[in-house]
Formats: sequence, C-alpha cells, structure tokens
Amino acid sequence: MSEKKPKTIFEKIWDSHVVKRAEGHPDALFIDRHFIHEVTSPQAFDGLKKRGLQVFNTMRTSATADHNVPTKDQHLPIKEALSRHQVETLRKNCKEFGVELYDLGHPYQGIVHIIGPELGLTLPGMAIVCGDSHTSTHGAFGNIAFGIGTSEVEQVLATQCILQYKPKTMKIEINGTLSKGVVSKDIILYVISKISASGATGFFVEYAGDAIRNLSMEARMTICNMSIEMGARGGLIAPDETTFNYIKGRKFAPQGEAFDRAVAEWKKLITDEGAIYDQVLSFDAADIAPMITYGTNPGMGMKVTDRIPTTEELKELSEQASFKKSLEYMGVEPGSKLLGKAIDYVFIGSCTNARIEDLREVAAMVKGKKKADNVEVWVVPGSKQVQEQAKKEGLDKIFEAAGFELRDPGCSACLGMNEDKIPAGKYCISTSNRNFEGRQGPKSRTFLASPLSAAAAAITGKVTDVREFI
Amino acid sequence: MSKDKFTTLKSAAVPIPDENIDTDQIIPARFLKATTREGFGDNLFRDWRYGSDNNPIKDFALNNPSYSGKILVAGKNFGCGSSREHAAWSIYDYGFRVVVSSFFADIFKNNALNNAVLPVVISDEFLKNLLAAVQKNPSTEVTVDLENQVISYGNQSQKFEINAYKRECLINGYDDIDYLLSLNKEIREFDVAHA
Repeated sequence: MSEKKPKTIFEKIWDSHVVKRAEGHPDALFIDRHFIHEVTSPQAFDGLKKRGLQVFNTMRTSATADHNVPTKDQHLPIKEALSRHQVETLRKNCKEFGVELYDLGHPYQGIVHIIGPELGLTLPGMAIVCGDSHTSTHGAFGNIAFGIGTSEVEQVLATQCILQYKPKTMKIEINGTLSKGVVSKDIILYVISKISASGATGFFVEYAGDAIRNLSMEARMTICNMSIEMGARGGLIAPDETTFNYIKGRKFAPQGEAFDRAVAEWKKLITDEGAIYDQVLSFDAADIAPMITYGTNPGMGMKVTDRIPTTEELKELSEQASFKKSLEYMGVEPGSKLLGKAIDYVFIGSCTNARIEDLREVAAMVKGKKKADNVEVWVVPGSKQVQEQAKKEGLDKIFEAAGFELRDPGCSACLGMNEDKIPAGKYCISTSNRNFEGRQGPKSRTFLASPLSAAAAAITGKVTDVREFI
Repeated sequence: MSKDKFTTLKSAAVPIPDENIDTDQIIPARFLKATTREGFGDNLFRDWRYGSDNNPIKDFALNNPSYSGKILVAGKNFGCGSSREHAAWSIYDYGFRVVVSSFFADIFKNNALNNAVLPVVISDEFLKNLLAAVQKNPSTEVTVDLENQVISYGNQSQKFEINAYKRECLINGYDDIDYLLSLNKEIREFDVAHA
C-alpha cells in the first residue's frame, strides 16, 4: 500500500534517508553532505572533544572560511583579533579531525553555498546540512538542504545523522513568461512579499512551473536560497537536463560511466502524478516586476514603481506598531514611493547573488558607463573560482572602468560581521537576502533587489526602474 | 549539550511585543566571534538595548527596572532569519528559560529546545492579553507547567503544544546526541550502503 502511494520528490528523498523511525522519536535522518564554516562550528568541535568523539565520516564533511573574512588583501593576516581567532580555530579543528578545508588563499575558497555546487559536492537526491540558514540554496539541484544550529552541527559531525520531524510540503508554482528586466531574484522577492516572512514556516517548498524550469542553475539557486526568508525549512527544484549539464565535469561530481548511472537515478527524482502537497500556491510570471524591499524584513517588498503601503492598508491591526517602527528605522514614509530615492552604497554579492552569471549581468549593464558620484559600489564574488573567471572574461576591467570595486570572495556586507559594513543611517541597495535592522552594520538601511536593479542604481545613484536601461 | 531539567517555572515576565524579531536583533552578527557558548547574554538585543554611545536605551524592556524574570514574552514569528544558535545561547545566558510567542521560526525553535529554553506557543489572543497584563502590572506571575503543557497567569490559562520527545528531553535534561550515538551500528551500515 505505502509503496504505491504517489510521493512528492521531497518525500522520496526524505524517506530514503531515514536510518531509524521509532515511536516517540523524530526521524534519524542520514546526511550525505555536511558543510561547515568558522562561525557555527567551533562550539560543535568542542562538544566532540568533551565527549571524546571523532568526526563520523570526514569524506562527507567540507569546510571553508567565509563569514568572517576580509574581502580586501586576503593574503594578509586577518587584522581583527577575534575574527582571526575564529578562522584559526577552524583551521586547527579541521587539521585535528581530518576535515578538508578550503581555507583563505585556496583556489576553491568561497561562500559555503557557492562552492558546494561549483565543486560538484552538491548533487541531486542528497540530504545536505550546514550551520547556516541559507543552506536551502543547494535545493536547486533537487535535494533536501537546510540550515541547522550548532548543537545539530555537533550531532552531524558525531553521527552523520540529525533528528528531525518531517515538515509539511508546499508547492509554489510559477508559470508564464518573465517580463524584460525581471530575473530570478525578483521572482523570489515577489513570492515573499505575497506570503510574508513567515508564510512558509513549517513547510518544505518545491518550486515548479515553466518559469522556474526555464531558469539556469544559478538563477534557480537564488530562488532556493531565499526559501528561509519566508520561513520555509528549505526549498527544492526537481532536477532536469539543466541540472545534469551543470553538474557534468565538476570536480567532485561522478565522472564518466558513474555520471551516466547517477543521471539515470536522478531522473527518478520527480513528484509522482497524484502526489499530495499540504499546500499549493500559484503565481503568474507576467505579474512579476523588478522588486525592491522598503522595510526591515524580506516580506516587506514591492514592485520598484509601487508606493509603500500606508498603515491603514495593513491587513492586520496588530501589525501596525511593528510596521511603523520598521519604516521609522528605514527613514521612509508610509504611502511614499522609493523610486528616485538617493542611495549611498551598492552591494553586489552574498550567497544569493554572487555567482558568475550575476557578475556577467551586472557587467553587461554597466559596460561603458560610470557609477554615480554619490555611491560606493562593492562587487564581492562568491568564490575564488568566480573571481578568477570574472578576471578571465575581463569583467574586472569593466567594473574598474565603471568605478566598481571588485573584491576578494566572502560573505562581506551581507551580514555586518567582517570588515565590510554599511555605515549608520546610510542606504544600501543590496543583492543579499536580508534587510533586517543592522544586518549590514549597526543602523544601516538595506533595500534588497536583483543584481540588475542594483547595477542600475549604481549608475544613477538612486532607486531606479531597471527597465529604463534595457 | 545536556542542561538543566525543566518541570514547572513560576516567574515574572519581560514583554517585547515587536513582531518578526529576527536573530540579528537577538544577537547581532558582530558578536558571533566567540568560540565558546558562554557570555552572549551581555549582548542579547544589543542594538535595541544600547545606543551607539553604549548607554542603555531607557525605553527598552530589558533596561526597565520594573521588568524581571525568566520568561520572555514576544510578538509573533519570533526568531526568524539566521540559524545562529548564539541567539538561543544569549537568551539562556541572560537568564531566560522560556520564550512565549504566538509563532516561532523553525530553526530557532529547535535551537532553543536544544539549549534548555522552552518555546511556548500560544494563541494571538492569549498573547495580546498576556502582553497587556504584564505591561500593566510587571509583577504579574506567569506559570509554565511543562508536564501538563499549561501556561497561566491570574485567572487565565491555556494549553500549549510541544512534541512528546522534546518534552521528555527537557524534563530529563537529555539531548539528541545521546540517542543518535545509540544508533551507531545502524548508521554505519547505512553509510556503507549509500557510499
């Protein structure tokens, strides 16, 4: 009976990873790939030491340094003592426990969610975790990938398993053709603006529909990356030829005949006809325009040409106080438009939008143009490989001529942890994933947007409708 | 990490009614550089608690001397955003043992449960009334009874849900890793079969 029941792709992958399902316990879920970084791993390694445990399977664990690293003069020792200590602790732990580390200066170093896919470590059908909420990025390859806390990092290091209750399933379907100037970042900002920053909490999302199918792998990663910004446990897209073509030939992906065998298996990773989701949402791609956020959570987004809602327009009265506080923090008026508002910084980077296609899009738009005098523009590649590729293609020259600064790879100004921070009160158009208070530095103000919109704003120095440029 | 055992807690409560409190507010990223679990309480709600001159911001609940206790009562969608467990550590380190809200983000909820901080989910209506009661009378005593899954104050009470496994862990001070380690043989076999 149970074998005949049609399953969603999520259920297929989940069920195939359950090592033990016992009455009164959450499922013990096997983890194929565990990514670690310097910020959320030290206390986990400490726990192993206290219990006298080893890493269960070092082949399934990969490490890099990204959150806390400078993006200038990366070859020099990290200036800030605490950051340096954290990266050194990662180094020590990886050495002691035998974990492969893509350290600063390594040709594979970069943001953990950029290097996994780029190295072929991220594959369809896997269960993947990392002590970082944007682990959902990897779901673009048709796997179950989600962020975990440090106690759970310790569990996975020690046992290669995690205890989890199976989340509910949600399908988000987007059909139709995207308009000019609308890219995958706009799709996800649009969806979050419609369902709110908590609209998918408790769910694992599958993105489907021809507008998703037609996206490149890198564009799909941007969508899955922001699943957590609507509260989802994760988000995935069933693998297809686009996925297989991306994976083929990557460093740690199966090669030759092994690859062909793997593809045959991966092709089974589709949702069966008649499988039931707990919730289904549908959107029309034609309704989506270039998006921008105006408040302090990613659900507070709108079309770049729209006006901010007024307090009276809010659906729930209880939200009014938080809404007012948010707009005060942002220094924007209810009912006003953001279009034409002067900005101070443009940040193109983060695990959401720092892949080579993002940099290419930006370069194509700014080629032969110059940034506005009132803005500072940082382009921070997601990995060493992205940085090298950008240079090989001459994108660095285009950025330089436009007055954009191409930096070294890392999480950079996405999270106000390393040296790259937006100063208090300043406005930044950012391709990252979070516009929380102080996210990019104490009292900084963030407008989230696509790389195209960010590039257009860099040129004009203000919030701009990118469609005027194309 | 095994921590204290939790059964029933009676305490005054601290109200922070804001909705969508994300983990960047609970503990800003620049304070995540420690390599131990202790000491994060000093920077709990750092940028809401202290101005850029490092002086306490008077209006904020944690700086209001009339509020005290081990129970934090907060607006819906508490703990959204980053997976940083440092958020749970800072709440614990500050002295809270319970967070009450009408909705929690998933990862935060797990992290809290793994660190002896009990997330108590109540209805929007109960939350609204509880916040009002605590704001009106900061010495209002709130009781959280984990065994019977009931939260109460004054003559108000509500049952709350928590999964049975996590409840047992909290009551007995167990953690997940003990159970997973007991499955070592099965996991080894699974690992080999799926190499």
